[in-house]
This record gives sequence, C-alpha cells and structure tokens, in this order.
Amino acid sequence: MLKLGGGGQDWACSVAGTGLGGEETSFEVARLGQRGKAGSGGPGWGCAGIPDSAPGAGMLQAGAGGPALEGQGVEEVGTPEGGGEERPARHPPAPALRLLNRKPQGGSGEIKTPENDLQRGRLSRGPRAAPPAAGMGDHGGQPERSAPHAPGTPAGVGAAAVNGLLHNGFHPSRLCSRGPPGGGDAAPQRLPLQPELQPQPPPPQHDSPAKKCRLRRRMDSGRKNRPPFPWFGMDIGGTLVKLVYFEPKDITAEEEQEEVENLKSIRKYLTSNTAYGKTGIRDVHLELKNLTMCGRKGNLHFIRFPSCAMHKFIQMGSEKNFSSLHTTLCATGGGAFKFEEDFRTIADLQLHKLDELDCLIQGLLYVDSIGFNGKPECYYFENPTNPELCQKKPYCLDNPYPMLLVNMGSGVSILAVYSKDNYKRVTGTSLGGGTFLGLCCLLTGCETFEEALEMAAKGDSTNVDKLVKDIYGGDYERFGLQGSAVASSFGNMMSKEKRDSISKEDLARATLVTITNNIGSIARMCALNENIDRVVFVGNFLRINMVSMKLLAYAMDFWSKGQLKALFLEHEGYFGAVGALLELFKMPADQ
Amino acid sequence: MAECGASGSGSSGDSLDKSITLPPDEIFRNLENAKRFAIDIGGSLTKLAYYSTVQHKVAKVRSFDHSGKDTEQDHEPPYEISVQEEVTARLHFVKFENTYIEACLDFIKDHLVNTETKVIQATGGGAYKFKDLIEEKLQLKVDKEDVMTCLIKGCNFVLKNIPHEAFVYQKDSDPEFRFQTNHPNIFPYLLVNIGSGVSIVKVETEDRFEWIGGSSIGGGTFWGLGALLTKTKKFDELLQLASRGQHTNVDMLVQDIYGGAHETLGLSGNLIASSFGKSATADQEFSKEDMAKSLLHMISNDIGQLACLYARLHCLDRVYFGGFFIRGHPVTMRTITYSINFFSKGEVQALFLRHEGYLGAIGAFLKGAEQDNPNQYSWGENYAGSSGLMSSSPELCPTQRARSGTFDLLEMDRLERPLVNLPLLLDPSSYVPDTVDLTDDALARKYWLTCFEEALDGVVKRAVASQPGSVDAAERAEKFRQKYWNKLQTLRHQPFAYGTLTVRSLLDTREHCLNEFNFPDPYSKVKQKDNGVALKCFQRVVSALDALDWEERQLALVKGLLAGNVFDWGAKAVSDVLESDPQFGFEEAKKKLQDNSGVDVILGVFPFVRELLSRGTEVILACNSGPALNDVTYSESLIVAERIAAMDPVIHSALREERLLLVQTGSSSPCLDLSRLDKGLAVLVRERGADLVVIEGMGRAVHTNYHAALCCESLKLAVIKNSWLAERLGGQLFSVIFKYEVPAE
Repeated sequence: MLKLGGGGQDWACSVAGTGLGGEETSFEVARLGQRGKAGSGGPGWGCAGIPDSAPGAGMLQAGAGGPALEGQGVEEVGTPEGGGEERPARHPPAPALRLLNRKPQGGSGEIKTPENDLQRGRLSRGPRAAPPAAGMGDHGGQPERSAPHAPGTPAGVGAAAVNGLLHNGFHPSRLCSRGPPGGGDAAPQRLPLQPELQPQPPPPQHDSPAKKCRLRRRMDSGRKNRPPFPWFGMDIGGTLVKLVYFEPKDITAEEEQEEVENLKSIRKYLTSNTAYGKTGIRDVHLELKNLTMCGRKGNLHFIRFPSCAMHKFIQMGSEKNFSSLHTTLCATGGGAFKFEEDFRTIADLQLHKLDELDCLIQGLLYVDSIGFNGKPECYYFENPTNPELCQKKPYCLDNPYPMLLVNMGSGVSILAVYSKDNYKRVTGTSLGGGTFLGLCCLLTGCETFEEALEMAAKGDSTNVDKLVKDIYGGDYERFGLQGSAVASSFGNMMSKEKRDSISKEDLARATLVTITNNIGSIARMCALNENIDRVVFVGNFLRINMVSMKLLAYAMDFWSKGQLKALFLEHEGYFGAVGALLELFKMPADQ
Repeated sequence: MAECGASGSGSSGDSLDKSITLPPDEIFRNLENAKRFAIDIGGSLTKLAYYSTVQHKVAKVRSFDHSGKDTEQDHEPPYEISVQEEVTARLHFVKFENTYIEACLDFIKDHLVNTETKVIQATGGGAYKFKDLIEEKLQLKVDKEDVMTCLIKGCNFVLKNIPHEAFVYQKDSDPEFRFQTNHPNIFPYLLVNIGSGVSIVKVETEDRFEWIGGSSIGGGTFWGLGALLTKTKKFDELLQLASRGQHTNVDMLVQDIYGGAHETLGLSGNLIASSFGKSATADQEFSKEDMAKSLLHMISNDIGQLACLYARLHCLDRVYFGGFFIRGHPVTMRTITYSINFFSKGEVQALFLRHEGYLGAIGAFLKGAEQDNPNQYSWGENYAGSSGLMSSSPELCPTQRARSGTFDLLEMDRLERPLVNLPLLLDPSSYVPDTVDLTDDALARKYWLTCFEEALDGVVKRAVASQPGSVDAAERAEKFRQKYWNKLQTLRHQPFAYGTLTVRSLLDTREHCLNEFNFPDPYSKVKQKDNGVALKCFQRVVSALDALDWEERQLALVKGLLAGNVFDWGAKAVSDVLESDPQFGFEEAKKKLQDNSGVDVILGVFPFVRELLSRGTEVILACNSGPALNDVTYSESLIVAERIAAMDPVIHSALREERLLLVQTGSSSPCLDLSRLDKGLAVLVRERGADLVVIEGMGRAVHTNYHAALCCESLKLAVIKNSWLAERLGGQLFSVIFKYEVPAE
C-alpha cells in the first residue's frame, strides 16, 4: 500500500515556521501513511496551493483514479498540484505534510527528526522506488508492497537513512560550480543534485547563493515548478537501456542564449544523430512530435543501447560534466539500483530511482492517451487465425481496465491492471527475450537480436519441433489436438540424424516460436485465472518481431475460442522510461 | 535378483545386445500360464504386462466327522490339515530398456504355452515402431490403445490398489520420500505427464477425464535442446551433466540486474530473471554442465508454473507428475517440486508415483482385460516379486543395479475379496495404520531390520519343520532365506523402496517371501496342536470363570485375552522360550502375567465373546483370511467355533441365532490395515451398527492402530512381547496395553 511519494513533503518548508511537528507528530503521521490509512484531506490540504479538487487521501484505499486519472494533461503533472493528484495513492495526505514540518531551529543536527528538508525529501522518495519485480520472481501483488521492503522507509528506517545519507559523501562543493560557495548553515550537507529552489511562498529560509543558483536553474525550463532541462527518463533493464529525451522546441531566443553550453550540446547531439557510439540507437520512427509536456512544447525521442554499455554511458556523463546541469535523472529498471553507486561515484550524478512496474503502467497510459502523432498507439490483429487475412488494426484503449499487461523484456512480468493505481503482479517467467537471444546465440552463433530475428524469419520450426502429427500420424482426436500443433519443442532434436542436418535458421525460428508460445500460454492462463479478456503485450522482445506478435495474437484467439484479445502498442519497450520521465515532473520543486 | 547377462551393457544401451540370457525364475515369471499381454513402448523403456496364474500350496483345514463321538475323550487333533494347490491370479509387469526388446520377445515366444492369447494391447510412442516386430515374434495381433487413456487407467489403478503409491519428494530432508496415505476418494486430481511434451489432464472419475492443457516444453525439449547445446546424446547423461552444473553462470539472476540492491528491496537475488540471459550478453564459453543445469531449471520451472496455473483454475490441489522426464530421476523430481512450491506458494503439492513407469502398461492391460473386470477386485503389491522404487537407479542403488541389470519388476496379486475402509474410522483420509514410521525413524529402523535378520534362522527352521514330508523343503527354505535377506538389505539402503517402511511391511514382506517358496502356513501344525489342547481346556476354563462373581470374572476374562496373546511365534522373545521349552504353556504364560487365563482364541477370545453374548451383545468375530504366523485364520476359527458350540450352549445358540458372526478380515498379515478390510466385514459392521471395536494383539493393536481414531468406543489390547518396543513405550517386556477409548464428541 504504502508508497509515500516524495511529493509534497518539501512543501513543508513553506510552512516551516509554524513550529508544528517534533518527533512525535512526525512519527505519528509517518505511521499513518504507512498503514495506508490516510485520514481525510481535511484542513490544511490547500496550504501549499493545491486545488481543492485534489483527490483526497481516501483514494489511498479506494484506489480509484477519480477525476485525476483521465484527461489530465501532462502539463499539469509537473506542477505541485499535479504531483499531488497524479498518484494519490502513493502520497501521504496533506495533513501529513504539515505535521512533518521541520522544526524552526533547523540544522540542529538531531537526526531523529527529519531536520533537513532536502534529506527528508530524498528519504520520502525512497519508498516510491519500491522493489520492482523481476522476471521469474513472483513477489506478490504490487500494491501490497509495504514500506519495510522499500529503501528508506519514512517511519522506521527514517533516522538511520538520514544518517546514511549524511555520511554518504555527497560533495557539497559541487553546488558551487554555478555560484559562490554556500554560506548557509545547511549547505554542506545539502544534496548536490537538487538545484531547484523551492519556489513557493514563503521564500526559502536560507537564501544561500547556492539556492539562488538553483532557483535560476529551475527557471531555465521556463516556468516555476518545472524541473530544469534536460528532461530524461531512463529504464535500465537486464539487456537494454531505454532512454527517453524531451527536446523542447519552444525555446525562446532568451532561453537559447541562457542555455548553458553543455545542455545545448546534449540537445544537439541527441537530436541530430540517430546512432550514438557503436550501439546506441534512436528509434526515429517512434519520435512523438509536437508534444506538450509540463507546459513545454517539444518532441519526445526514444533511444536505446545495451545495458553492457552502461559504464561507458556513465563515463560519458562524467566527461560531459553532466552533473553541472543539476538535473535529476529519473531512472527505473533493475539497473537503476545496480548502477546507482556508479552514477554517484563516477559521474557525480544522483539517480532518482523508481519502481519499474509503476513506471511501466504510467508510461503506457500516458503514451496511449496522447496517441502516436495523430495515429492510435494501440493495435490488434484482425483475423489472427487466418494468415492471409490477418492484419494490423487500430484499437481504442480509452477504457483499458481491467487489462492483463505482459511485459516481455529479458524476462517476463505479468500484471493485472484494474485502474491507474491498482494493479498487481500476477506472475512472471524467466523464459523471455533474454532466453530467446541467449539460446539463439548458443545455437546459431549469432550475436544480436536483429541477427537472430532475421534468421528466425527465414527458418522453419517444424523441422526442429515434434508435431502432434509426428507422433500420432495426424490429429490427436481424443484430445482435439490438431496434427500441426507442436507436441514437443525441439523434440525432433532428440534424434542425432536430425540434429546433424538442421539449419541455423530453423533453430532460430524454433527458439522464437517456443519462447513466444510459452509466454502466450502463461498469459492466457493468467487471463483466465484473473478473469480478464484483454491482454496487452509490451516490451522489447516484440521489437521488429512480427512473428511473435502474430503468434501471440493467434494463440490468444485460438486457444480461447475468440474470448481473449491480444493488444500491442507501438512504443512497445519504452513505457518504463516514459513513466520515469513523468515522475520527474511530479517531483517536488526543491529536489 | 538374478545374474543377468545384460548387466554390463545396461547403461550404454546403444547396441542391441542379443546375447542376453534371461533367468526365467527372476524376470518373466509364470509365463507358462500367461494370458492377456500388454506392452507400452516408450522412448527408451519398454514395459510389458501380462496376466498369469500362480499355483500355491495352501494349508486347508477340514473338520473330521465327529458325529456321535465325545470330543472330550478324543485324543486326535481337532481337525485335519491338508496341503492343496490353489491357483491365484497375478499381474506381472516387467520394465526393461528398449535395447532388449527383441531378446525379450524371443524369450516370451519360447516360453509361452497358452495359445488362447491372440491379441496384445500396445500403447506408447514405440508401439507403432515395433508393431511389426511384435506381431512377427509373438504371433499376436497388436491392438493399439490410446496413450493417455491407458495412462489414466493405470494411474487410477495404482492409486486405488497400492498403499503408499504417491509420495512427496524433498531432496534435502530426511527422509527424502514422504509417502501419502491413500485418499479414500482419489478423484478429482490433476495428472501432469511430462513426456516429450507435457499433457495436463484433469481426472474426475474412473472413466471421465479431460485434457485441459499442455505445453510443448517438456522432456523432449530438455533432451533435444540439451543435445544441441552440449553435444551429449543421452537423456540420462544430460541429467547427470545438469546435476553437476551451476545455472547461475548462464542465467540472468535478479541480482545480476539489480546488483546488490535486491537485498534491501526484499527480493531474492537468486531468482532467475531470464533463463539463458547471460549467454545473450556475455562473450564467453559456457560449460556443458552449466547449460544443462540452466535448461533443467528453465523447463522444470516452466512446467511447474503451468501446472500451478491449471491447478488453480480448476481448483485442484492434488497434482501427480509422471512421464519419462520424471521417471525415478531425483534431479527432476527435485526441480519440479521446487517450482511447484515456488509458484503455488505451498498450496499445491507435487506428488510422484512409485509405479509411475508402469501406468501405461497397466492401463493398456486393463483395457484388454475389461471382460475380466479387473477393477472389481482388489489387488495387492507382492513385495516378494517387486523390485521396489529406484531399483534400477544407478545413483541410488549401484549394487541392486548390478544384480538385476536394468530389469524392474512389479507383481500384483489379485485378492480374493474386495477391500474397503472400516466404516467406523473417524477420518479415513487421515488414517495411518502404522504406529512407527521406520522410514522416518532411523533408530527404530535399525533395530527392527536387525531384529528381523536375527529371527530369520528361526523362521527358516520352522518352515522346514512344517513340511516334514517334502524333499525340497530345505532347499526352498534356503531360497526363502536368501530372498528375504536380500529384501532386508535393500531396505537398509532404500527404506523407501516399498513405500513407508513399517514393522507391518517387514512382516508382510516375509509372508510374501514364504508364500513365494511354497511355505503357505508354517505354523499350521503348531496351531492344530495348540487348538486341540486348548479345546480340551475350554470347558474347565469357562466353568472356573462362571464361578467367579461379576467383577472378578471381568478381570479374569481380560487377563485371559492377554495371556492368550503371549503365544505368539512372531515375537522373538516368545519363540525363543517356546522353541527351547516345548512344555512351556498356559501356566507359564499365566505366571508371566501373574494371573490365570487361557490360550489365544479358544481360552482367551471365546470366553470373552461368550461373556459379551450372555449379556445380550451381538458379536462379529473377524479373523485373518490367510495365514500369518500362528494367528488363527478364518477357516480355523470356523472349526473352532463349531467345536466349542458343541460343548457350549451359549456359543451354540448365538451362532444359530446369528448373534455371533464369524467373518474374515481380508488380511493375511499379523498386522491390520483398517483401510483395507474385507468388504463383507465392512457391510456387516454397518448393517449391525457396531458400537465397540476390540482389537487384540501386538501386531494389530500396537504396531498398527495404536493411534487409530474410531468414531465409536474401542478397546485395544496386547502384551508387549518385544523388549525394545516395551522400552520405547516406557514399559517392560510382557507389559500390558489395555487402551479403552471413547471418541470425543
């Protein structure tokens, strides 16, 4: 239940002087939040300028998206209001924000009370980056993940984590790169990567030069409460890193002039190339044009590179002095955890880690809502059981719930999504894209996904697989199995003669068909068990992989006698990264 | 088991070994009378089934014609014993590698006498391939049967007829095998058959089952893909590779993706995120072992996951696994069990079957034998003629394998009468007959195995003595000794070979072995003599009892019951005394108990029964159907009752008015399994509304049923005739168990 957002807590500083709080109250509230029993929105809700329409804390339990769910422009998401609304279930109720205020005598060094708003902000964000579920593991329903499993639990682990961060060796001096050294009391302990100033009235209490500098940076993106450019969302998976980059196209001359050099160079580099280094690729065909995000107009770019190039990427970030931009790097996927340390120590960058399933769903819903440059994002295959008549058709996913979401990356996760905030991880399988590629590499000596798919396209799996008719001479009528059905994947390979005469293409095809059918089979069973009839397949396993998509469409339709529908999305593998970017806009200003 | 010419080449199995010599005593027994053949030819193993009859010598008792004679004056034995030939039905199943199929068919042809047989039922993938060979060799028409139908028929059959058929496998616990009590209602269940592919079948009744799903990722995938990856040809070798490998070198684990963070996130870092995920990104060589292991995990996990999904969808929690992927391989049983536990979070149990490999052959046989109505009968596993679990597993039992080659046997005897649950069991599904599980209790196991070993000489001696006229008695007794000794040695190493090891199973195995060598009732003469003596004492004992006042009489009756129980040749402590001092008798027994009473059934049970009858109580007196040690058999009890009725009006009128009913238990064991009782007894118990059950004797009330919970009052009584057991139970040798229980409301 509990995912205390980083959301509003920093607003606290705006009412810091109220003198509320102290250890007991803050503890009390934190516990409240932990139980997921947020009280009513009640008094003080609007104190930070949140519109009254903001969904109440009751949503924590209701889980209903309410008015906040649909049609809410992303422009608003970036504002604190949006931040509060976007995912009410993940945020503590407003009263909590007030109670959690730091004491007026901030900086006393008492670690039990969240003294430093920056640190506290970081802390409170911790739980949002709750454990993503990987491949095969079945970690139970996502919504039930409780804070104790998440890093930086506000209530219990709070103090320790504060302590941890204090000693984690951030380099306060870096703050000074764009201004004179912080003269303020707390400055040396501030986290370096939160350059934005809290813009809300009342003004920040410590008008250190560093903060002023951050304020200015915040303004770079054109409006208060908007994160500074560049805007990235990152999803670091087991095999691929997915990066989305928002390129503002409404930069005024003044902005252009103010734009710092390395920010400009990043923009130019990313937008003028389609390939980066040896392995980085921009999927130009997926680019979302003329998008308004967080009040700015621009294009959203989709870039991927192999996870094994991650260190190079971090190195580059270090060389380009990326940290000087004081942006927050929102990252999800297992790699956000794995590489966090490297980002910090090598590139001096602090990752904002996010739960990958949260990101996946939010990203998917967002991209589907804005469409694909005027075309629909979602599609299905008409006549999936008839190869000649089978064709791609747009599908309207305006009312998507409930849906079974099958995310096929290196491994596969299967989620049942009941609303924007209410979903559970049903199961997963370790037989995924990584298995396809891994086995193909071993069996055929190929090296890339593209190569493997190319071979698979030319191959014939029936030479490799044992079909029902190979065993029974025809259909197995007793069980109503067609002769053409696969009885045993790779079953023909039990025979040495057949092993010796098989082609690599056939092996690649059989691997693809085996993995795909298995995912289809598990997804179908989950759909039946969860009583859901729409199955949405996403993930990079489907990239340039028409064979698998049509197989899945066929399998869903055939085995369910038309009851299940397989749906696909154009931006198949990028939703996690988009979801991570969306989180950037929801982040409180002073982060 | 036999020296088998094939034992050397058994594991290579590549070339057809035609020089195999089959010892008929051991492998294809009773072929002369064989009829109704069925064969199940799989990818590597052939299972042959046939029905045959076994001629046994049985000791029959018959009443002399005593009309007009005064029995009191009679010095002759109370009845005569004659050894007769009896024919019983037996099912034989033989499992061997396909390599030997031609040699075996030749052997069968040479030994087959019965010419009525025209057809052989065949199933399994190889039935097509070997059809012509079979027809040519055996001159039998091959009748092909549906594989899955056979499998399920076979599965139903073993679940119904073989106690402890199903087990849970836990590699690292002791014992590894946990056998399940047979559920009185075996339906519905899920059968997951992992052959080259996977079939998932929901079985609802004897004849109704449904293919609810399957997967193409099965044993064939492991074999085929494994052979491609490792260049290893044979399935068993692949499994051996896998058991030595490290999958973490090939699989992408959660910790590979998350780094060290998985711990703080509460994730198990060892979970596989992507099978073979590392071979996609790493530019390195992978060892055969590691790849085989990764493949094994991938396939087992996948099957387990699907099985759980299907079990959940159909609300089933009993899932049996079979097929060649599982067949006796600890490695695959382990990974499948792990997977099922993981994906069902413990809600579903992966169950395996001791005779999984025979299901198809059993089913095919049953299909062909439908006109004989085999399902109307109860069948029992013959421990003497069956190899036991894992007999041919080289890992588990190298010695056994060397002895028997790769031949594995199962024999099942048709029981004369159908067996059912005692209707008075409180909860038939949780009833466990045996008091001590020797599979579980290593100390107890050691003790009892040694105890049975030490008693073997005496049993052999007694067996020879029981057939003074027989020329080959000594030779047969020696064979018996060898056979039972070998069984005991097998059980030392594989206590799980025949299901849960118990004192009962040790005793039953001994009875089966004795029968095998035509020592049907070594104690018949002893019993005859004892009964004669006891009958003479009956009236004296009864008058003495009648002279007592009520309370004293009750006490005396109970002591009589217990004193009679001391005369037990099965108990070594007693048989030692009896052997050394033939004059040891009733008075000595009394002294041990420090009180008076009579011998076993005549002087113990009948006076007790008489007392009940005279109080107006109806009594059902149930005795063993077949002989076991010196326990009274049903047919002996009939004669004894008749003789007593002649002297005692109470018994006489009770028999006439059917207030005293003599029935058989269906058992031929010194112990008693209340879940396998003669149907006639069960019917009678229900009709008469029995409200008190008296179980007497160490075998029936202590080794078994000590903890049995009944839904009526019960009385369990016995004398502890074993010092170890006495100590275990906190008493002394010849202590008394007198356990009266009233069911909790």
